[in-house]
Amino acid sequence: VDLKLLEAEPTDAERTAIDAVAGAPETNGGRVGRARRDGRQLLLPALRAAQRRVGFVSEGALGYASRRLSVPPADAYGVASFYALLALEERPADVLHVCTDIACRLAGAEVPAGAHASPCLGLCERAPASLRTIAGEKPREIQLPESGPPLPQAGESDLRLLRRIAAGVDPTSLDAYRAHGGYTALARARELGPEAVVQTIADSKLLGRGGAAFPTGTKWEAVARQPAQPHYLVCNADESEPGTFKDRILMESDPFALLEAMTIAAFATGCAHGFIYVRAEYPLAHERLENAMTQLRAAGLLGGDFDVELRIGAGAYVCGEETALFQSIEGYRGEPRNKPPFPVEVGLFGKPTVVNNVETLANVPEIIRGDARETRLFCLSGHVGRPGLYEVELGMTLRELLERAETRQPKAVLLGGAAGTFLRPDQLDLPLTFEGARDAGTTLGSGVVMVFDESADLVDAVLRIAEFFRDESCGQCVPCRVGTKRQEEALHRLAAGRGEGNEIALLADLEQVMRDASICGLGQTAASAVGSAIRNLGVLAS
Amino acid sequence: VFGAGGGTSSYQEVRDADLIVLWGSNAREAHPIFFHHVLKAVKRGAKLIVVDPRRTPSAQWADLWLGLDVGTDIPLANAIGREIIHAGLVNEEFVARATADFDAYRESVEPWTLAEGERVTGIPADAIREVAHAYAQADKAQICWTLGITEHHNAVDNVFALIDLALLTGHVGRYGSGLNPLRGQNNVQGGGDMGAIPNKLPGFQEIEDDTIRARFDKAWDTTIPPKRGLHLTQMFEAMEHGKLKALYVIGENPAQSEADQVRALKLLKGLDMLIVQDLFLTKTAQLADVVLPGCAGWCESEGTVTSSERRVQRVRKALDPPGDARDDIEIVYELGRRLGHDLGSTRAEDVWNELRTLSPMHAGMSYSRLEEMGGIHWPCWDESHPGDLFLHARLWEPEVTDRAHFQPVHHSPPVDVLDDDFPIRLTTGRRLESFNTGVQTGGYSSPLHRNGAALQLAPEDGARYGVRDGGRVRVVSRRGAVEAPVRYDTTLRPGLAFMNLHFPDEIETNILTIDATDPKSGTAEFKATAIRVEPL
Repeated sequence: VDLKLLEAEPTDAERTAIDAVAGAPETNGGRVGRARRDGRQLLLPALRAAQRRVGFVSEGALGYASRRLSVPPADAYGVASFYALLALEERPADVLHVCTDIACRLAGAEVPAGAHASPCLGLCERAPASLRTIAGEKPREIQLPESGPPLPQAGESDLRLLRRIAAGVDPTSLDAYRAHGGYTALARARELGPEAVVQTIADSKLLGRGGAAFPTGTKWEAVARQPAQPHYLVCNADESEPGTFKDRILMESDPFALLEAMTIAAFATGCAHGFIYVRAEYPLAHERLENAMTQLRAAGLLGGDFDVELRIGAGAYVCGEETALFQSIEGYRGEPRNKPPFPVEVGLFGKPTVVNNVETLANVPEIIRGDARETRLFCLSGHVGRPGLYEVELGMTLRELLERAETRQPKAVLLGGAAGTFLRPDQLDLPLTFEGARDAGTTLGSGVVMVFDESADLVDAVLRIAEFFRDESCGQCVPCRVGTKRQEEALHRLAAGRGEGNEIALLADLEQVMRDASICGLGQTAASAVGSAIRNLGVLAS
Repeated sequence: VFGAGGGTSSYQEVRDADLIVLWGSNAREAHPIFFHHVLKAVKRGAKLIVVDPRRTPSAQWADLWLGLDVGTDIPLANAIGREIIHAGLVNEEFVARATADFDAYRESVEPWTLAEGERVTGIPADAIREVAHAYAQADKAQICWTLGITEHHNAVDNVFALIDLALLTGHVGRYGSGLNPLRGQNNVQGGGDMGAIPNKLPGFQEIEDDTIRARFDKAWDTTIPPKRGLHLTQMFEAMEHGKLKALYVIGENPAQSEADQVRALKLLKGLDMLIVQDLFLTKTAQLADVVLPGCAGWCESEGTVTSSERRVQRVRKALDPPGDARDDIEIVYELGRRLGHDLGSTRAEDVWNELRTLSPMHAGMSYSRLEEMGGIHWPCWDESHPGDLFLHARLWEPEVTDRAHFQPVHHSPPVDVLDDDFPIRLTTGRRLESFNTGVQTGGYSSPLHRNGAALQLAPEDGARYGVRDGGRVRVVSRRGAVEAPVRYDTTLRPGLAFMNLHFPDEIETNILTIDATDPKSGTAEFKATAIRVEPL
């Protein structure tokens, strides 16, 4: 029997780091004690704090966090071992995580000795990229290269979501944000009243930009009328779809806009408490958001009838799935829940919850201010002349967008990310709208446009995508846990020329089973790009 | 107070309660299955209050833990009672209709102001007030207790103090509210039910009641002694005075479980005849003239057990006992036969059906009904009766004929007083993975046994007495001394030490304990010993 006994004590440094999250401990000799009923939700922040202090989560730190937060140690171990960025074995304080995902492979990523390979870091426009984490008294995380190419649309004046970023407005200054129209939308929303705000969003036909394209107004309406209290607002900023970096740029370069949007959403749907769940790989976004929140609280624009808490992930693609994200905030393993019930009824902490992606929320102030234009963000990476984030108005085709980004003769385009579809050069005339993509048998997903030119190794890209899903599957449901593994094995057999003749049929079966029977979108789309590569591009097909 | 010895509520009601008070109970370790029911209530939003000198694993789950001084349960209960009265939170209607002697109770708790409660118990006044208000205002409230209440020289008074609180607030006799002693084994309740207590016949019927005894005399064709027998402590006294010369011990290990062990061993060795019937060759069995190997209740015999919630359940035989071990009924009946009495059929169901003719509260529990219904809560008066989920519903009837009497009780500090020579209060208790003297659990190796055989001490006391974590000490009480390693334990406050009794072969904890005994229950004050530690 492998019994985990956590008799190890934390070091003073670990104790201090965990106490900073959990609060000061009661002193020994007390006569009165109170268990924490809210402790569990602080588990991930506490483990993260311990790791940032000493570089890994030691047994002593795990046991101490469990004790302080009233979580059984075995259970806490289950949580700690779920997240890729939490280390349970001692390692150096300074660690380099090198992205080896699709865009960075195209740019020739290599993992030096002692460094860790990482899935997509969301820095695709500056590929090859990496993330350096330095634990210590003043822990730091550094995205490398430290800056990317300038915004391709910098200086353009008719942008909507990227307006302030293109104009170079200081993202660290509330005054600068206000000077560029900031907080006029909230004022307008307060004039309209909650119901009219919900109606305005519904009338705008805004669709979710995280990938699932669900009507935002419908979500808000459903939560606003739920009698159960409290209501929660969650901003899903766990942008982890390989090739996606739009939410990162919005948070890094226009953080006040996101917080204004959340305040409007909370006002409309009756939420007093909001969470922004940002992936751990975005340190600059954390910093910019924290700074913005501090300024907003000082200005009385947050912290009154609505406040926001920043929660940081620890390396898990699946936590971008909304219910897995709730589990993660609540301090559990990020395993998606079955739906129904849907988050609008039973969401975070079992309460009605609005959960919107960053880009979706970024549209809200524009709509409330009356800018009726419909625009979308696209993340261009790979073999493009001008990689980066593009804001595109309704009607533009994919081919036109590629031309704007100075792309020459692509061999293939991956649209929508690892959960999206590969397209041939003759399939690029689809209009960049939800309907346009659907009619073309593809998806815009999270706005990924990754380009592969003649030099690209598509087999390598497909194998990487299969590896990615096998690695990121949470393992909770069988179709995904087994399916992603079998898919990868079959592809490797084909790539090595050791096919047994039935692989293509097997892959099609797996795709069907995972799509039909997986609990969440990860499994449901885990074969999408692979299948399209075989069907559209003929990769490994013969 | 109520006339029957059992918990008043079912586990289902514990799950549905709004407030659960564990008083002198570390259920998370000592009653882990029951604690699951508590946790279900907590997950549902119920409040948990734990009263225990140590911040036990149970206390760590509590919304509010009160770390009182050992042996100050009555002052705490009385201060809570007084606060309920003064805050106007008494259930006046219930008290007027269903209880008696309220005035005497009110008078007895009047000196126990919050400030006085704080002075004597160590619990801050506002925490005492918080408990009083929470308990009185809860819709459904449970008080559950175990040996922290009963292993004291004034055990019965301690229980009365808790019952008084329930009477004050009407938290008894209705769904979800109740008073529950938690039983330490799966069938402690059943033992009492069957009359294995000196003053009762099966079904809690008074042995000294002539009419009742006459019924049993007739059924058994014999004459039952008209006076109650001796409880365990009185037996040892009788041994000391040479009045008790033969002892028949079934499934107990008094050579290691009795307080003041030096004395207990001497007395057991001085008997003319000692018979031990047990699964194992215990320390007591090793002293015996005759050892009768019995069999394991849960897998080698047919019969019933009764849980803390008074639910009688069937147990079934799955294995033949090893070697010469025999079914306990057979052993007792064979002994009867050799002594010239035919006790009848040894089939468990026949014995049970005989009980049903004699104990009205079991009358309706046929084996077939027990199987069909998955067990039945006593009382179950006839074969159409479903059994009672909770007891004493009569207190809520419009006319209460048999009122429940308040029992005013007074503080009586532990007999083994603290002074300069013996400045540390030692208390004893159980661990999750071990049971009592370790007869059943000591034979298994478990990493959880680690550090079990140790004196647990607050780190502050370690520093004060010059003992390091892991060091060895002589632990000295007024009765004896043992050597033990020291283990620092931050759930203890300075001045409070803890030992368990599971590893008597390594540390004979009961050499230290005092046999000051409650005259009514016969239980010794295991929970309060005065010690000092001497570094080795």
